[in-house]
Amino acid sequence: MKDSFTLGGKEFHSRFILGSGKYSVDLIEAAVKDAQAEIITLAVRRTNTKKQENILDYIPKEVTLLPNTSGARDAKEAVRIARMSRELGCGDFVKVEIMRDSKYLLPDNQETIKATEQLAKEGFVVLPYMYPDLYTARDLTNAGAAAIMPLASPIGSNRGLATKDFIQILVEEVDLPIIVDAGIGKPSQACEAMEMGVTAIMANTAIATAGNIPAMAKAFRLAIEAGREAYLAGLGRVLERGAAASDPLTGFLRD
Amino acid sequence: MDENQFFVDGSQLSAKALEKKHHLEQDPSYRTNHMEYMEGMEQIESNIQQQVLEQMEQYSYDGYTATDVRRVLQKESCSIEDFKVLLSPAAEPFLEEMAAKAKRITSRQFGNTVYLFTPLYLANYCENYCVYCGFNCYNQIARKQLSEEEMEHEMQVIADAGIEEILMLTGESPQKSNVEYIGRACEIAKKYFRNIGLEVYPMNTEQYAYLHQCGADYVTVFQETYDAERYENLHLLGHKRVYPYRFDAQERALRGGMRGVGFSALLGLSDFRKDALASALHVYYLQRKYPHGEFSLSCPRLRPIVNNESISPQDVGERQLCQILCAYRIFLPYVGITVSSREQKSFRDGIAKIAATKISAGVSTGIGDHESKYQGEDSEDAGDEQFEIADNRSLKQMYQDMEEQGLQPVLNDYVRV
Repeated sequence: MKDSFTLGGKEFHSRFILGSGKYSVDLIEAAVKDAQAEIITLAVRRTNTKKQENILDYIPKEVTLLPNTSGARDAKEAVRIARMSRELGCGDFVKVEIMRDSKYLLPDNQETIKATEQLAKEGFVVLPYMYPDLYTARDLTNAGAAAIMPLASPIGSNRGLATKDFIQILVEEVDLPIIVDAGIGKPSQACEAMEMGVTAIMANTAIATAGNIPAMAKAFRLAIEAGREAYLAGLGRVLERGAAASDPLTGFLRD
Repeated sequence: MDENQFFVDGSQLSAKALEKKHHLEQDPSYRTNHMEYMEGMEQIESNIQQQVLEQMEQYSYDGYTATDVRRVLQKESCSIEDFKVLLSPAAEPFLEEMAAKAKRITSRQFGNTVYLFTPLYLANYCENYCVYCGFNCYNQIARKQLSEEEMEHEMQVIADAGIEEILMLTGESPQKSNVEYIGRACEIAKKYFRNIGLEVYPMNTEQYAYLHQCGADYVTVFQETYDAERYENLHLLGHKRVYPYRFDAQERALRGGMRGVGFSALLGLSDFRKDALASALHVYYLQRKYPHGEFSLSCPRLRPIVNNESISPQDVGERQLCQILCAYRIFLPYVGITVSSREQKSFRDGIAKIAATKISAGVSTGIGDHESKYQGEDSEDAGDEQFEIADNRSLKQMYQDMEEQGLQPVLNDYVRV
């Protein structure tokens, strides 16, 4: 059976998702051809443009669009942008992004829960971007989210899995797909996240700012596949300190 | 350094006007107190000005060495003290290293995108006497204010050229270009553009709120110089003379609901290193107070004006300007940086690859002459320009040139909510 996952009733095989933010035509091409992305995120505010340079024109039809609500500062604005996205013909998928800080662009978990609840009621397939917090992830699940998208480190920072332990908790405790978003800077970090059992990886900056965009896109695909294989194979036991004692500590017990 | 000679007496000024002008120029006691609010000016509780001025006063940029610069360039983050090092003369020999660091940060934060916009001057009437400005009330220029029909026509011409973001400007005359007039311009602009910014006289919070309702989301106010004493002897008459009211304009705009605010000093008016420090710290402290706001910096240098060709940016050469912009980028990775058509093509193309995020295209700083400029048609009754531009590329040309530089031009990245 082919390894796949499902979002909003749709089946996906590629576990690489192209993030938005830094867009160019070359990047989209590389994401589809070299990274084999089946989902591409795009900011609704970037599609809100005249025909001549609409980014939508460059995205192949077979790719699922994941419009995001970037620019929203609270739940109300996110809901409005999502509805606009539907009107623009971008489909029912929406990635909720709510930020009230222009410096670090960290997501506002409380507002994200509110927006997720409203949009799920309106029939959207909601993928909320969040700071990895277990209570929030549970609330988002109850609110009707289709997946949880925790950040690995500050967006655009390329710092990798700074929140690794907390993402691991979400992987263990939450039944929805966990898609790691933001901060993945290298293929090795993407591989590490996949080994932990996350469902998919979203990346943008790491590829957009690479010297050779197609080569980096391919490297990400291979790393994500390797990490997934390793997870499915069952990683070998990792011991905290040194090797296991060959003589058991409890060997003295007589019964 | 030769001082700029700003004072020009127009031949058509009456004897009475000339007498007042000379009196203002020569007798400081004849001028009003530039630190005192005028009637109707809102005074908000804020300590931002005090914080910025304290830092600026303490800054002695000659005390740094190459070792300081090397240490800062190796660091991951950039503190206020580090930023002071990068603005100092000691950093000048490290311009290439600074540019490389700035480029990495710009690319990490914004990718390879560059936003394109155009300014639209609605009127050039002005009630102030700012000695370096082409619009000043004593300068004999052709004055004009666009009627609603005329502004709509200008907007159509600009929108037809492909522009989606507009920055609307007026001279600073609340009498001639009142808030309702500017509001009407925003309402018309909403039909043609996705994103509307204003660069008009500072106003009160509720007036900003009104203009936000009308469709504007971004407000830019240039402090010109942060040196209050220098400010006093450059802005001799009018409401613009009030330094603290101008200083707090961005804060009132944010309180009025504006989404983003822009800042700058006009480089060449005073000590440019201190002015650059103060401009960036103005952003820095305000961002801490209003973290949801979007912030941008410009970097205009003095330019020749109608009736005074000799005005120059003095000691702020392209190298100095580049140093300032690299330092801005390293200190404030998230901030938008706009480079105006006051600069040459070669500088704008180069800096877009290092630090700038926004560039104007298809620019005219005159009033009502876009059609003539875009289509080569005559417009006999156009109003004169605020300053001479140095890069007159059309949007189409700019779009192509940016693509050739390996950048992705973006016409809109904004949705009104």
